[in-house]
This record gives sequence, C-alpha cells and structure tokens, in this order.
Amino acid sequence: MDEKKTPLLDELEKGDWPSFVTEIKRAAAKNASAADLLAQLETSYENKEGYWKHGGIVGVKGYGGGVVGRYSSQPEKFPHVREFHTFRVNQPAGFFYTAEKLRQVAAIWDQYGSGLFNLHGSTGDCILLGTTTENLQPCYDALTECGFDLGGSGSAMRTLSCCVGQARCEKACIDSMNIIRELTLHYQDAIHRPAWPYKFKIKVSACPNDCAAASARSDLAVIGTWRDVLEMDQDAVREAVDGGFDIFNRVIRKCPTEALEWDSGKRELKITAEDCVHCMHCINMMPKALHIGRERGATLLIGGKAPVVKGAMIGWVLVPFIKMEPPYTEFKDLVDKITDWWADHGKNRERVGELIERMGLSAFLEAVGLEPLPQMVHAPRSNPYIFWKAEEVGSHG
Amino acid sequence: MSNVQIKGAAVELDEDGFLVDPANWSEDVVAFFATQEEVGELTENHWKVIHYLRDYFQKFGVAPMIRKLCKDTGFTLKEIYEMFPSGPAKGACKLAGLPKPTGCV
Repeated sequence: MDEKKTPLLDELEKGDWPSFVTEIKRAAAKNASAADLLAQLETSYENKEGYWKHGGIVGVKGYGGGVVGRYSSQPEKFPHVREFHTFRVNQPAGFFYTAEKLRQVAAIWDQYGSGLFNLHGSTGDCILLGTTTENLQPCYDALTECGFDLGGSGSAMRTLSCCVGQARCEKACIDSMNIIRELTLHYQDAIHRPAWPYKFKIKVSACPNDCAAASARSDLAVIGTWRDVLEMDQDAVREAVDGGFDIFNRVIRKCPTEALEWDSGKRELKITAEDCVHCMHCINMMPKALHIGRERGATLLIGGKAPVVKGAMIGWVLVPFIKMEPPYTEFKDLVDKITDWWADHGKNRERVGELIERMGLSAFLEAVGLEPLPQMVHAPRSNPYIFWKAEEVGSHG
Repeated sequence: MSNVQIKGAAVELDEDGFLVDPANWSEDVVAFFATQEEVGELTENHWKVIHYLRDYFQKFGVAPMIRKLCKDTGFTLKEIYEMFPSGPAKGACKLAGLPKPTGCV
C-alpha cells in the first residue's frame, strides 16, 4: 500500500492522550478504506473543510434505519471512501461485553468494513465506521447471526441506553440495564421502522447523578429515585468524622435545601426527610454511611433535546414518581400515549418537547392522562394570560 | 452519480439510486427501481402508494410524513414494508421518483 504523507495528523500522535490517528493508522495497515479515510482527513485538516457529501439513504431490507449513508465528495482522490456508510449496532445494556463477542464483531467488521469503530456513539450504539453499499446486507446478516441487531436512526425510537445501574453501583434505585433491555425488545418495531415526526430517545439513569445524561439527551428520561428517607448508618458517619472528614463544610453546608444537621453533642446526623430533594450530594460524599431509601422508583422527565430548532431543553418533570418493575406496563402505556399524541399532532421534524411547548403543557397532560402537579414547574407563570375551558366559566350577567 | 439505461433511455441516478431529475420518472423507471429495491411484482396496492406519493409531492412540494401516508392510503406501516422491503423512504419514495429524503436519518 502506498504510504500517504499526513504531517498534520502526525502531530496528533504526540502527547499522552491515546491518539485516534494511531488507531486509524493501525487499521490503515490492513484496510484500504481506513487508509483513504486518513488521507481525506489530512486534506480536511489542510483546508479546514469536510469532504463528506450531504446525506445518503442506504439500509438493509426490512428496516428503515440503523445505517447512516455517507459518500466522499472527492471519490476520484479517495476511491476507497467513495462509499463510507456507518452501522449503528445496538449495544448491550450498560456496555458490558465479553472478549469473545467483541472478537466476533471485530472479525465481521474486518471482513465487511473499514475495521474502524466508535465505542460508542453518543446515543449508545456500537458504531461500525465505514463500509460500502454492497456490503451492507451481508454484514448485517453476519451481525444478526452473531447476536447483534442494528440500533435506531431517523425519525424513530432511537437505541435506548442506560448507566451501569445495579450491575456495579450501590446508588442504583432501579435496574436500568433490565429496563432498557426489556424496552428495546418491546419497541423493536418503533426502533427499526421510523414512523414518527422526528427522533425519540429514552435513556435510563438509575439515580439522580444521571450518569447516562438522560435529562439532557433524551426526550424521555427515566431517573431512579426513592420516596422514603435515605438510610443513615450513624456509626459509619461517626467513623468518617473521627477520621477527619469535615462533615460540616463538605456535606451539611452543601445540602441545597438545608435538610441535614450534624448534632455534634450526640454526634449524630439528622435529616428532615420532607426537605430532601434527593440531589445525591451527601450520599456521594459519604457512600459508606449514607444510602438510597427503600421505596424505590423513578422520576420521568420529558422534552430533553439539543438546540435545533427552538433552543436546547433539559427534560422537565412529567411524573414525579413511578414504580419501575418488570414488565414496566405503566411506563410502556405512558410512552405509547406520548408518542401517539406526538405522532398525531407533531409537525415534520418537531421534537416532542417542542410540540408540548407549542400546544401547551395542559393539552399534553390531558392527552396522556396525567394531572398537573406543582413538581412540574420551577415557578408558576408570571403573566395573567390564562386560558379557561368554556365549561369552566360560569355565565356572567 | 451514475447513468443507467432504462428501456433505451439514459437516466441519471445519484449514489443512492434516486432520480436526479424528477422529470425522468416513468412507469419503466418504477419497474427498474422495483427490481433494485426487491419489491417483486408491482400490484395495484404498490401503484396506489406510488401515485399517492406523487400526488402529494406535486401538491405540497414535500414527501408526506409516514403517519399521513398510512392514514391516507389505509395501509399500516407493516403493510408498507411488506410491499416495499426497504421502507417508505428508500423504497416507496424512490419508486415514486421523489427526491431523496434528507436530515438526520
């Protein structure tokens, strides 16, 4: 293979951080499309311009998504990235793999693609970067044979993702991994066959630390929580304090609602349960002494999305507390009601958060059968332009 | 981009096999795309979807949303995929000669 010069990219092999250039070069040693990717990228660095053409519609039979088509705008110069499509492969919940499965996927991708991966795409999928149209169907067939299916793309339910949850976190209030596996299986049709106005993402974080960034990056965020009082092991608290832990400055003063108190006489930590907003700070600071409560479930947030079109949104409270136990019937019913209403009323390319903003929270709540609650708002409205239904208004003489 | 011969006429297609010039659309083009997208034999139902897509596009200048397509034609999404295995966008819209769907696909 002729060595192409890449002086700008070579700079990025210096320094301590693992270099993506080294990764691509390693793939390029045995794969022509990875070599051309490197060459095209060097040209992009030189000219500060991207060389991928707009759009691309490719796929596998039976599915409307899962593959993102991509073509080089300079196919004569970089013939091996003329077609450079991406597979989104649904990742195992919590990104837990065995070496054996990863070897199998790598072997498939060496055979059909560039050998380059993105572990993982920001939605969670295992991304296989770069293959030809011709290879799509056989590669997909090999992947499914190996036990992997494609993830979502387009105006569909996207691949669900979660934090590691109960697999190895003592703060997990819900089984985030089981939830997304169960929902992924339940919503296969919605994932593979785009049927909605735009994309719809569900992410599950097992506690309010939100390690899956669900509140910012999913239309429907499931955030584990509890509704009794957090558990305190006073002996462990004392042990920490005796060991020099500055409980006053590092925990008590940092509590956002001043729900905590350190009784230095009795050497006891006290909590006013109804003031606690489950921010996790004290538990994070004293994980051996403080634990999540016993009555566990989740808070659902709706509407999280990136800026386009109406501005970025962090999901806001839709359901303050819901039990999340298999088979998650109540949750699935709610998802169906939300997506039905959205599919009926949403404009083309309108995220559910934007639709709620356009049609009003009250219309949305009524459609999905939820009562308005104070927890849904940060503050009541500051203007008097309130709509009343005709039947709510008595006749005035 | 590529040029293909369809019943003796040269037709220009983009990389994804969509028509570059919608004016080139004809029933022969549909038959050609049908083999490309593994549609099989074109039935009355296929033509119903194709004509609906063309009419909608001519009227509104965009492809209909999938919900609308299903509602107006009376086919479920499942039936659409049975007719057009690569789906309403890559399958049906291509056969109908509509421009390639864009956006975050």
